[in-house]
Amino acid sequence: MAHDAHESHTGLIWKVFGLLSVITIVEVIFGILKPESLHLTQFLGTSLLNWLFLILTLVKAYYIAWYFMHLKQEKTSLRRAIVWTCVFLICYLTTLMLIEGGYIQDTLAPYISWSYNK
Amino acid sequence: MESTVVTDNSNEGVWSGGGKKPFAASYGKMMMWFFIMSDALTFSGFLVAYGLMRFKFLESWPIADEVFTHVPFIHGHFPMYYVAFMTFILIFSSVTMVLAVDAGHQMKKGKVTIYMLLTIIGGLIFLGSQAWEWKNFINGTYGAVVLQDGKIAQFVDNEGHQIALSDFVVKENIERVQHTRSNGLWYVQDAGELPPYTLNEVITSFNANPNVNLRTEKIDASIKQKTVLSRAEASTYLTKATDVVMGANLKVNEYGKTLFADFFFFITGFHGFHVFSGILINVIIFFNVILGTYEKRGSYEMIEKVGLYWHFVDLVWVFVFTFFYLV
Repeated sequence: MAHDAHESHTGLIWKVFGLLSVITIVEVIFGILKPESLHLTQFLGTSLLNWLFLILTLVKAYYIAWYFMHLKQEKTSLRRAIVWTCVFLICYLTTLMLIEGGYIQDTLAPYISWSYNK
Repeated sequence: MESTVVTDNSNEGVWSGGGKKPFAASYGKMMMWFFIMSDALTFSGFLVAYGLMRFKFLESWPIADEVFTHVPFIHGHFPMYYVAFMTFILIFSSVTMVLAVDAGHQMKKGKVTIYMLLTIIGGLIFLGSQAWEWKNFINGTYGAVVLQDGKIAQFVDNEGHQIALSDFVVKENIERVQHTRSNGLWYVQDAGELPPYTLNEVITSFNANPNVNLRTEKIDASIKQKTVLSRAEASTYLTKATDVVMGANLKVNEYGKTLFADFFFFITGFHGFHVFSGILINVIIFFNVILGTYEKRGSYEMIEKVGLYWHFVDLVWVFVFTFFYLV
């Protein structure tokens, strides 16, 4: 047990902070500019821009969980018990609900009137 | 024989689950992870519900860039900047928290105290920012009219930029009285605040001003922007208008779908409540650090457990930020 060998991780913490800030700034820049080559595309149900946001979000989540919540230092078994459970359940729920939402939209949209000329 | 029954009398009366440490995690830490897991799934439920409703109304959902455009002390249209600032504050308070945990491992009481204080301050700034964001959302920016079927129609200028009602509506010289239950009308519900203009004033001013156009909630899929109507079509819309809306609440929302406001209030509210309780817990721990509770205990593990919760709140915000402001 390395109980008294608690060396400081300050350098690593600041590095992670820098990375999280850079990712946030990149997200905000893309969010403001919304380049048409990414925004007006369609790939697997949404635009490439949205996929970029999603991936960057997951990268941020990874760094927060691994380095701030110290999942990296936990036993592999505990880490998997936490991460896999969440990831599988959330993926499952999200997939079903978004497919269902898309279906309702497709079915409902033709019945919504956008014209008021009698 | 001792392998099956563990009796650890030394910890009697202490809520620690005995000496066993599954996954090499202490009882308190394990329970914090249990809580975080359940809370993570709760938030997932909320966000997935938001996703379901958004996909259901994909062609008419409000565009976040047009809703959250305020920056303190500056007038104008600045999407994203303020919420980016809020995100930054929360990440930074996460950093000071993890620095406190780090200092705790090395039993440095002074450093833990300072970093805990910074974390609390970061939390308070975030909470204040959120309150300000809510205030802007509730008070509204432009104002709109609501049609008889609940659709929202907003006003734009010739370039398609949204304009406020106060930019073109001329007030008529009439007296308007707010009906309340207290002045004898016991059979009516107290309506909300009177909107700044009457429907009549809005329609008259619209007809008198050819530079104003009407915009519907429907998103033009080819440019991913709301559809602007022709002047002729706009007047047929306005004949179906029933009310003037200013701002957003749980019943009506000048920015579009009321559901958007409902989810915004509920999810950011629930998250804000987490931040609030996080600050409360941090304050308690902060005083414990000053009093030397953990110094006497010989371990600063409590900072780590509270830190887990605080980081989790940050983690949730990362997702709320993505789904409410970016995507």
